[in-house]
Amino acid sequence: MSSVTIPSPATASEETHWWKSRTLRRFMRHRLAVIGVAMITILVLSCVFGPYLLPYDELFIDLRARFAPPLTGYHIFGTDPLGRDIAARLFNAGRISLLVGFFAMLMSTALGTLIGIIAGYRGGLTGAILMRIVDAFLSFPSIFLLLALAAFIKPSPFMITVIIALTSWMEVARIVNAEIRSIRERDFVLAARSLGYRNSTIMLKELLPNAIGPIIVAGTLTVARAILLEAYVSFLGYGIQPPLPSWGNMLNGAQQYLDRAPWLAIVPGVAITLAVTSFNFIGDGLRDALDARSDLE
Amino acid sequence: MLSYIVSRLLQSLVLLLLVSIIGFAVLNLAPGGPLSQYALTPGMTQETMDRIAHQMGLDRPLPIQYLDWIWRLLQGDWGKSYRDQLPVLQIISSHLFATLLLMGTSMVISIAVGTWIGVRGATKRYSIFDYTATVGAMVALSIPTFWFGLVAIYVFALRLKWLPAGNMYTVGDGSFMDYATHLILPSLVLALVDIAVWSRYMRTATLDVINQDFVRTARAKGLSERAVLMTHVLRNALIPMITLAGLQLPTILGGALVTETVFTWPGMGRLFLDSLGYHDYPVVMGLLMFSAILVLVGSLIADILVAFVDPRVRLG
Repeated sequence: MSSVTIPSPATASEETHWWKSRTLRRFMRHRLAVIGVAMITILVLSCVFGPYLLPYDELFIDLRARFAPPLTGYHIFGTDPLGRDIAARLFNAGRISLLVGFFAMLMSTALGTLIGIIAGYRGGLTGAILMRIVDAFLSFPSIFLLLALAAFIKPSPFMITVIIALTSWMEVARIVNAEIRSIRERDFVLAARSLGYRNSTIMLKELLPNAIGPIIVAGTLTVARAILLEAYVSFLGYGIQPPLPSWGNMLNGAQQYLDRAPWLAIVPGVAITLAVTSFNFIGDGLRDALDARSDLE
Repeated sequence: MLSYIVSRLLQSLVLLLLVSIIGFAVLNLAPGGPLSQYALTPGMTQETMDRIAHQMGLDRPLPIQYLDWIWRLLQGDWGKSYRDQLPVLQIISSHLFATLLLMGTSMVISIAVGTWIGVRGATKRYSIFDYTATVGAMVALSIPTFWFGLVAIYVFALRLKWLPAGNMYTVGDGSFMDYATHLILPSLVLALVDIAVWSRYMRTATLDVINQDFVRTARAKGLSERAVLMTHVLRNALIPMITLAGLQLPTILGGALVTETVFTWPGMGRLFLDSLGYHDYPVVMGLLMFSAILVLVGSLIADILVAFVDPRVRLG
């Protein structure tokens, strides 16, 4: 390569590369977020591949091996009251819990973004009514609402995901609404309007891309919240139903054996805490990385 | 001031209306709607069901049913429990004290500890203490409350045997000390999340105040650092915290439900779960509405308090 280069189309792509890496560099500088990504990767990999590596099936009942403490033979995390291998159950439960968390996040973020963008762009009466509905939903303790809904419907992993999404879209709606409000009078929106773009086009093509940063951050934090909510309802017996394991329902029977077999409570609880903490760390890191102002501090 | 209170009151009424519509929608989601109780009775025919539906006015259009429901709600007729035929409002109020005791204690703990951590973190910014508090708060927000409760029971009740594992008092005792020892574990467990939230916001609020001119003036007057902190910084930093306390109410109430379950605490949360188990929908619905009203009233009080302490709010 000669030292003098003629500006070529490559510069443009380099520029986006450079910009990308700046966000990435800010993210990598956030040590906790990097730890979070590492922990989630390990958790996901062990939940996906773990069950194939273990000698036990998650449903295999061995009554001779009931209440085996961790590190008994091949039972690395011990066994439960039916002699089922906890490690095998933990990994399979992780698949359910992480999937429920992820899809609940997708649904609630979509719903919250939709409501927020309409409320923010329309403003006026429509906006006021929509945002008051958001406030009304926030007035219910979400666990009460979640349990009431879960008790009324037929619990399946899909329905649990739906009702978790129905009780956790409000934060996203608020964030998107505030973001859209702050940019809807800007020139590029006026330009789009004077060009005769349809409202739906303006909302999706002009406004949404400008709010994508906060949406990603809120979405990451919603995964954490959804995993927690699944754990709460399943622990209380109204979420994912056995024999399908989830991190929450593994803890369901743990309290009565707390004295005899504390590992029944400790193992799934640690998994939940690790997953939720990681997503919270990642969300925090993304907030710093996506906010251009954080370089100025 | 009066006009502020009136407008804030009207806002709450609008919210209450929306809350009641959501509540009514949930009620009608129940399989078989409010009739589900009768559907389980053996030998029930469709004819009898229809007659009961007519008697209960369930064959009328939904908006009329809603108006009827809300009218009775306003008059204090919240229906009767399927389980023991007692009025719903009476059952709820008999469980209210336990929940308020737990929530109140936990709030006092979290405000005291959270304020201390937040102010210390702000005055010693980027110190090891500040960093530990930041990471600790994020971890604390990620621990499932019920699991933390189980761990606390295992360590302090089962292993160390320092504190009781559950219930509000020992049968036959019920002295002040007895209540107090039973209260320690659940209120600390419930406070964990709130300490985390409170300390984060307190840190930010303190940082906002600490660099303002009147604080510099106070220092320039020669006041001791302690006096500056207590009278000038803390007083101003605590104002936005009143609003936060109101906003945190739904979280604390939800946390109380889970904590009460783990610690067999005889409050509204346990009542809610027991009623769910018995398909006692009038009580479930009553509690859902009651908790929302509690939250609305709480945040209304918080906002009015803020307006009293901070003239900027009522004038702006």
